[in-house]
Amino acid sequence: MKDEVQSPEERSATLKGMGCSRKRVEDVRFTQGRGNYVDDIKLDGMLTGDFVRSPYAHARVLSIDTEAALAVPGVLAVLTAKDLEPLGLHWMPTLAGDKQMVLADGKVLFQGQEVAYVVATDRYAAADGVAAVEVDYEDLPVVTDPFKAMDPDAPVLREDLAGQTEGAHGPRRHHNHIFTWEQGDKAATEAVLAEADVVAEEMVYYHRTHPMPLETCGCVASMDKVTGKLTLWGTFQAPHAVRTVASLISGIAEHNIRVISPDIGGGFGNKVGVYPGYVCSIVASIVTGKPVKWVESRMDNLMSTAFARDYWMQGKIAATKEGRITGLWCHTTADHGGFDACADPTKFPAGFMNICTGSYDIPVAYLAVDGVYTNKAPGGVAYRCSFRVTEAAYFIERMIEVLAIKLNMDAAELRRINFIRKEQFPYQSALGWEYDSGDYHTAWEKALNAVGYDGLRREQAERLEAFKRGETRKLIGIGLTHFTEIVGAGPVKNCDILGLGMFDSCEIRIHPTGSAIARLGTISQGQGHATTFAQIIASEIGIPADDITLEEGDTDTAPYGLGTYGSRSTPVAGAATAMAARKIRAKAQMIAAYLLEVHDDDVEFDVDRFVVKGAPERFKTMKEIAFASYNQAIPGVEPGLEAVSYYDPPNMTYPFGAYICVMEIDVDTGEHAVRSFYALDDCGTRINPMIIEGQVHGGATEGYAIAMGQEIAYDEMGNHKTATLMDFFVPTAWETPHYTTDFTVTPSPHHPIGAKGVGESPNVGSVPCFSNAVHDAFRPFGLVQSHMPHDHWRIWKIAEDLGLHV
Amino acid sequence: MIPAGFEYHRPADLASAVDILRAHGDEARVVAGGHSLIPMMKLRMADLRHLIDLQAIGALKGITIAEGTATLGAMTTQHELIENADLAAAIPLLREAALQIADPQVRYMGTVGGNVANGDPGNDMPGLMQCLDARFELYGAEGTRQVAARDFYEAAYFTARSDLEILTKILIPVPASGTGYAYAKQKRKIGDYATAAAAVLIGSDGASVAMTNLSDTPVWSEEAGTALASGDIEGCVAAMLAAIDPQEDMRGPIAFKKHVAAVILRRAIDSALSRRA
Ligand SMILES: Cc1cc2nc3c(=O)[nH]c(=O)nc-3n(C[C@H](O)[C@H](O)[C@H](O)COP(=O)(O)OP(=O)(O)OC[C@H]3O[C@@H](n4cnc5c(N)ncnc54)[C@H](O)[C@@H]3O)c2cc1C
Repeated sequence: MKDEVQSPEERSATLKGMGCSRKRVEDVRFTQGRGNYVDDIKLDGMLTGDFVRSPYAHARVLSIDTEAALAVPGVLAVLTAKDLEPLGLHWMPTLAGDKQMVLADGKVLFQGQEVAYVVATDRYAAADGVAAVEVDYEDLPVVTDPFKAMDPDAPVLREDLAGQTEGAHGPRRHHNHIFTWEQGDKAATEAVLAEADVVAEEMVYYHRTHPMPLETCGCVASMDKVTGKLTLWGTFQAPHAVRTVASLISGIAEHNIRVISPDIGGGFGNKVGVYPGYVCSIVASIVTGKPVKWVESRMDNLMSTAFARDYWMQGKIAATKEGRITGLWCHTTADHGGFDACADPTKFPAGFMNICTGSYDIPVAYLAVDGVYTNKAPGGVAYRCSFRVTEAAYFIERMIEVLAIKLNMDAAELRRINFIRKEQFPYQSALGWEYDSGDYHTAWEKALNAVGYDGLRREQAERLEAFKRGETRKLIGIGLTHFTEIVGAGPVKNCDILGLGMFDSCEIRIHPTGSAIARLGTISQGQGHATTFAQIIASEIGIPADDITLEEGDTDTAPYGLGTYGSRSTPVAGAATAMAARKIRAKAQMIAAYLLEVHDDDVEFDVDRFVVKGAPERFKTMKEIAFASYNQAIPGVEPGLEAVSYYDPPNMTYPFGAYICVMEIDVDTGEHAVRSFYALDDCGTRINPMIIEGQVHGGATEGYAIAMGQEIAYDEMGNHKTATLMDFFVPTAWETPHYTTDFTVTPSPHHPIGAKGVGESPNVGSVPCFSNAVHDAFRPFGLVQSHMPHDHWRIWKIAEDLGLHV
Repeated sequence: MIPAGFEYHRPADLASAVDILRAHGDEARVVAGGHSLIPMMKLRMADLRHLIDLQAIGALKGITIAEGTATLGAMTTQHELIENADLAAAIPLLREAALQIADPQVRYMGTVGGNVANGDPGNDMPGLMQCLDARFELYGAEGTRQVAARDFYEAAYFTARSDLEILTKILIPVPASGTGYAYAKQKRKIGDYATAAAAVLIGSDGASVAMTNLSDTPVWSEEAGTALASGDIEGCVAAMLAAIDPQEDMRGPIAFKKHVAAVILRRAIDSALSRRA
């Protein structure tokens, strides 16, 4: 047989296992328009639901008149809080330990809030019904500024919390205060600040934005009154958790709920939370006995479902004259909107913001975060970053630049002398994390060399002189960033969401002919899980990736898991996949030994087979072993070949990277052009380099949008000013910069295959990189800090304020 | 994002279209490419019971150039305008501007007539047509009349066209050969309306300057043109700055817009001068 003359390398190549740039199997259907998204689901007699939304940011709801709406042909019902109250569903718990109105209960707290739910035979009738509902509002004073929200006489937003001085995360000290979260050593940090040679202080604002997946949020709820079973299709990043939450809040037994996440068109954190649309659709299906679909419009999505960021970070960083950092202090005011609907692990109300010491060896640090209510939409999810890590990275990477200015030092050099050294790993950070591995100096040198850093600085200086001589109106900015991510939440001992431990799972079943199906507790939203997880299995047990079907998202068939966000799929479910595969391999070894009539220890794994040690011509391929497992009575071995693994990670993983951006800035118009963007990522073991590159391109493009124009803005009346794509910036191919990607490989020591996750690194790393480039261009003129987004007028304003327009 | 219900009409000639308009008064509106009107209907900002599609009216199509005048049928798409080589040779300014409108998908549908009739201060063609001193031909129950682009715009969404008239064609005098031209536009991204845009013509016997999205109508300034014709660039810019009246929006505050207006205008002038033969 041809197979027998192939070398191990050739056999390995046919598996398309780890390290192979295997083409995405998902793209066959996606590129042909054959995906199956929630809005593609059409069931017999299916109804549509749509919301009446508040035009006010803060108002009392005096009355809701549904008569005219009910008279619209096709409108079957209009639900209000009064209808949900007897079921106890007019409010629902949030993932952050707060509660949120499902439908306006007496008042509204943000523009776009859900006030009534119209159920109709189709989308058109539903929209007409929505337009016909008459709501009488009495407007109340609006608070959009989180600092003013904490004024003693600020309007009371959450009347339902009156008198409650204890919140989900400790004491509340004001009626608009949610929590205070403190980490690190305050006294020691303040002592260092008091005695330091140099202290740089700055307010760093990471503005409110929105994950804006291409597909908006939606669901189809179908209650089968005969079987008593509820099926819920939805854009869920965590289908299993949704099932448990749905059971807990609806009282329907968990085995009678089936949650299915079909194809999902991007999530980026926006699809982690539980939204009023899901609850209302379930209720409407129970009431009508028919399936009910709810799908957000683009404006609904931008106005009401989870936003991201909105952190005001006051920082102080202390250093010696030579530039050795001696301490870091941060106080963050976190604007959470009308309800605290963040999606963080329970014990981390500000996510992993305490990774804000970044890539640097900082002996003492202190972090406090105050969560505050305002009249804005709830959310606060991680937009393609692990739980507030992008805020942390932006903060420290700005503070490093601010310190470099204060010390009159080159910011690349300042980073270099403060990096955690390779031999310090595992490294215990001042704010409580154990960094598993890293080699920052190697990555940094590689990056600086790749872009020709010294040459760039010379060119920048020449341009500056030309600018001063009046020969050009364009400046060059060089943006630097070295970020450290913390992903793969997380160890069950300290990570849970609503009490559900953040392990994940994989079940693998080998068929008699040697092909396989694997099911995971995660759910791809474009990450390419069906491609990469099959590659892990291919390498671990030696069957071709092309022979492995991968399934996720159906809670009736997949093992329980906490879903996909926070770059956790590869670190957690990827580890479960490797572990399940290894269980299969162990059993296969016994079967092979039996077939070869040798002791278990006398066979060894060789790419796609077990061979007798010292006699490589005697072997059994995995295909043969699979068949044997179904047709041989092997003493002491159960028939079949399958395994399941629930993986509780011992630690988080810590991907890192070095990014450098060169930008040209037009001082007169505020326009910019990204001349080059170099991204070096170290995500440990690389499963599929092509997918990694795609993830970096996608994340960096989101980062570009955030840094250079994308924002959720409100006026003083709480009116949402960026609810369409005319004003909410999403780059097209035209605006998207060209990227150069690169890598180093520092495998995670505690992960079965050494992989760390990469999906979010480029968003975390690129935002400070673009922003630092803008700041760097104006550094010679005295700019220290200017808030994002750096759109045309804000860059123009920097130049104007620096007197560059005279 | 779903419009309220409406009746759809598709008349085959102008007279029938005007009859339908007259029958339904302000409950009816004509639709050309729909790329301004339909978003407004989806947002339920325009509430219409009757939509009269002009696509089937052959008389509204076509581009001809004769006797020093280019005539564009109102239903000429922005894409057709860009693709027409004769027009590009005769009035290169048109093509340069059209290429800066929206994106290819929008330009396949959006029409020249819709763009100038819309009355949205963000549209690029009204200022452009004022710069070119175009005339708009309007057809109504009382017959046909022409209105100069420079007299057409009254306020945002208010024009000299009565609700019962249909814009049929745009007549543009072909500038003398050798006329310098430029259309410069600052925008935040592809598909965006202008933060500031300037149309400039500089010929041997005069100059014409108009700007877009800096007031509730396009701004054509005779004074600016006169100054520019005499070589006084700073006078031109000053006259234009005095004529515009920008408002703050997500593109930026007023001071920024004024500053950018001057920068964009200067750039358009530089480029027009460099092209003047
Ligand atoms: C994403 C996007 C980006 C855009 N960017 C730009 C841009 O950068 N610059 C720009 O200028 N435009 C831009 N537009 C608008 C686009 O160019 C429109 O197509 C154009 O403004 C209107 O042309 P229309 O044929 O689509 O008109 P419609 O939308 O069909 O009509 C617009 C209005 O004009 C009236 N009307 C149309 N034709 C006639 C007629 N013959 N007689 C009388 N009334 C008539 C209609 O009743 C309606 O009130 C953009 C549009 C989109 C969707």
